[in-house]
Amino acid sequence: MDPELERFMRDYPWRQLGEIIPARRIKPLAECRVALVSSAGLVAPGQAPYDNETKGGDWSWRSIPAGVDIQSLTEHHRSDSWDHTGIEADRNMGMPLDRLHELAADSVIGEVAPRHISVMGSITAPGRFIRQTVPEIVEALTADEVDVALMVPV
Amino acid sequence: MCPQTVGLVQGALESAGITTTGATGVAEVSQKVGVPRALNVPWRLGYTLGEPNNPKLQREVLEQALALTDRDDIPVLEALTSIGNDG
Repeated sequence: MDPELERFMRDYPWRQLGEIIPARRIKPLAECRVALVSSAGLVAPGQAPYDNETKGGDWSWRSIPAGVDIQSLTEHHRSDSWDHTGIEADRNMGMPLDRLHELAADSVIGEVAPRHISVMGSITAPGRFIRQTVPEIVEALTADEVDVALMVPV
Repeated sequence: MCPQTVGLVQGALESAGITTTGATGVAEVSQKVGVPRALNVPWRLGYTLGEPNNPKLQREVLEQALALTDRDDIPVLEALTSIGNDG
């Protein structure tokens, strides 16, 4: 890792979630509806790209429909602290939707949720993200009756 | 920043009753944020799923991350075990 990035990782005042009561999975995985949450800054065709001029990081989110051709997504992540080549070659590296469909087809999971969540993870000032975006994402996945959410940071 | 950003979402979802899991390439950050469950992967940032166009390896990451949802003793942080021969 780049020394400057390493220093940042060490010194940044990371937000802490504190104590959380675990959401126990009641159903077998093979009956669960699963959604992905990706921070790779992916947008579907027709959606607005992330605004990489926004100070503190664009805190908006995109809803990615389950039926989208994953390779048609475009990536708009502003940070150069990670290697973008994997996602450029295969969008499943940022949002493994093809793999999720395969897991559902093989009954490892019950079903693929109708929509998945994309955010642009480089948010150094997360206040607006916490106040506005996070509750919207919780509302969306709750409305979709998602049992398990799987996070994919880049 | 990504592990913090998705961590904030993860914490809120878990608190709202949705079981959460995930993968992380920076275990230190996931640990500091205190995400409920995460699979620590050994690859560079941007390669959370291992390798592009390697469905077998990508699937293994997802299956191991999903397996962590069996656990209620959060925070759970486990390392990826046994990667495919072609991974």
